[in-house]
Amino acid sequence: MSGYWTGIVAILCFNIVVAYSVFLPAAAGQLNLGAAGFVAIGAYTSGYLSTDVGLAMWLTIPIAALATGAVAFLISFPMLRTRGVYMVLATLAFAEIVQGIYINLEIFGAAAGYPVAAFAELDIIAPITILVILFVVFLMATRFGLSMRAVHDDERVASLFGVNTRMTKVAAFTLGGVIAGIGGAIWAHQFNYVEIQHFNILLSTFVLLYVLIGGTQTPYGPLVGAVFFTLLPEFLRVSNEWRFVIFGVIIVLMMVVRPEGLVTRTLVERFYGLFWRRGRTAVADR
Amino acid sequence: MTDSVLSFQAVSKNFSGLRVVDEVSFDVARGSRTALIGPNGAGKTTVFNLISGVYPIDDGKILLDGVDITRLPDRERINMGISRSFQNIRLMPHLSAIENVMLGQHARARKLGSLLFPLGWLPGNRWASEAADALAQAGLATYPGEVVANLPYGVQKRIEVVRAMMSDPKVLMLDEPAAGLNEKETGELQLLLEGASRRGVTLLVVEHDMQFVRSLCDHVVVLNFGKKIFEGPSSEVHRDPGVLEAYLGSEAVGDAA
Ligand SMILES: Nc1ncnc2c1ncn2[C@@H]1O[C@H](COP(=O)(O)OP(=O)(O)OP(=O)(O)O)[C@@H](O)[C@H]1O
Ligand SMILES: [Mg+2]
Repeated sequence: MSGYWTGIVAILCFNIVVAYSVFLPAAAGQLNLGAAGFVAIGAYTSGYLSTDVGLAMWLTIPIAALATGAVAFLISFPMLRTRGVYMVLATLAFAEIVQGIYINLEIFGAAAGYPVAAFAELDIIAPITILVILFVVFLMATRFGLSMRAVHDDERVASLFGVNTRMTKVAAFTLGGVIAGIGGAIWAHQFNYVEIQHFNILLSTFVLLYVLIGGTQTPYGPLVGAVFFTLLPEFLRVSNEWRFVIFGVIIVLMMVVRPEGLVTRTLVERFYGLFWRRGRTAVADR
Repeated sequence: MTDSVLSFQAVSKNFSGLRVVDEVSFDVARGSRTALIGPNGAGKTTVFNLISGVYPIDDGKILLDGVDITRLPDRERINMGISRSFQNIRLMPHLSAIENVMLGQHARARKLGSLLFPLGWLPGNRWASEAADALAQAGLATYPGEVVANLPYGVQKRIEVVRAMMSDPKVLMLDEPAAGLNEKETGELQLLLEGASRRGVTLLVVEHDMQFVRSLCDHVVVLNFGKKIFEGPSSEVHRDPGVLEAYLGSEAVGDAA
């Protein structure tokens, strides 16, 4: 693989991981426009641990994940008091606060940025990404995943059937934080430089778009959304000036044509039906 | 005194000053098939909402098996043995039929191990096959994987009933389960409910279809404008002058008589 494509695949991995971090709360009905804030925490934590503390890089990744998850857990309580567009604003504000804090922290180089020594090759990043995908696919197949989707569809009824809706949302938000921390660790060791300016509203917005346009009904939506939006600009590179216009038009068109996202439950069922007639429904058809 | 599983004691509920349930008391005998009827707006659905914990009550007490559940949050009540369906279908639209039914099992599967076990991946998974069997028993075996929003009304309506049965409730509350069903579907529903009743589940049914009420239920409570106006065997309800008056002018009068 050429260096150019290696770079793109690395970014793709980062985008996929961060998309899943936003997907988990979204699957339970919570819109998170603060992904950049969580990713920043993961990136600085992992970069600092491997560079200044001298831990092995592989070890800093789970630590960064747990640290970011802990922050997500703590802020989930005030965050989940808000709903709908207010939650979008609250998460956005959180990311702004994180940015404001790191830009003033001298030990992380403040506005100048923080150089990270260790480098993560694709042969580390790609398996991590695959693990994240498998983890989310698995989680969504469990009863906990079912609870999340039930909370998304009708919180009151989910609660009447015994689902602890509050804990379900807290857990989804926290696990989203854990995954965002992994994304941050990938970033830090892929680019070897953590600059807070990169973790801005644009990043949060794009990631949320991957998820919403990919579709929140199945764990495959974020994957499709992230792949689509990462590769699309590469193919649009031909007409550089018009890139963003075309990009914007495509986003609007998709929202009009498939408001529930590219990948929907119904689509996945039909897809299974094509190849595997008695597959998932076999239990039921006995 | 008969053994009552659910006891509604002098319960009142106001909505912005309007008294929607007015000191209503009734007991539901264990194993009975009790109907809760009354004209539109009488407060039947509100009574269900109070029992299941959707709203707090303003006054009175609700006992389940002698235990005061008045202040219990909604999700605890299903663990105590109260389950319900909804007048306006409230299935999870993005979940498949079988997933909706599996949601109904939630109260029995709240341990961390059960929460983190994949459903429906491995053939023979206990929860998935139980849910599939329940759908099959209700005559809905053809729809398990289909997303609920794509299913016809009559099918959705019966999935609601199946879902409500999955928690192994002591009291199964059904809010107009036969509304909008055709004759064949109503017959299947009745068989389903009679089966549950034979297994010892107490039924509390809100229903406008008096023929359905008469053939299914043994005991009737009648509400009108938030007040209880009759309680007794279903064979006597159509002879009660107060009930006839409440229904007067509405088409149900011919049905009830
Ligand atoms: N959440 C609420 N807020 C305000 N008023 C309500 C609410 N729920 C019910 N009501 C009112 O309470 C009264 C009783 O409503 P309820 O739905 O319990 O009647 P019902 O007997 O189930 O009628 P129907 O046969 O039409 O279903 C109605 O006047 C209704 O408008
Ligand atoms: Mg009603």
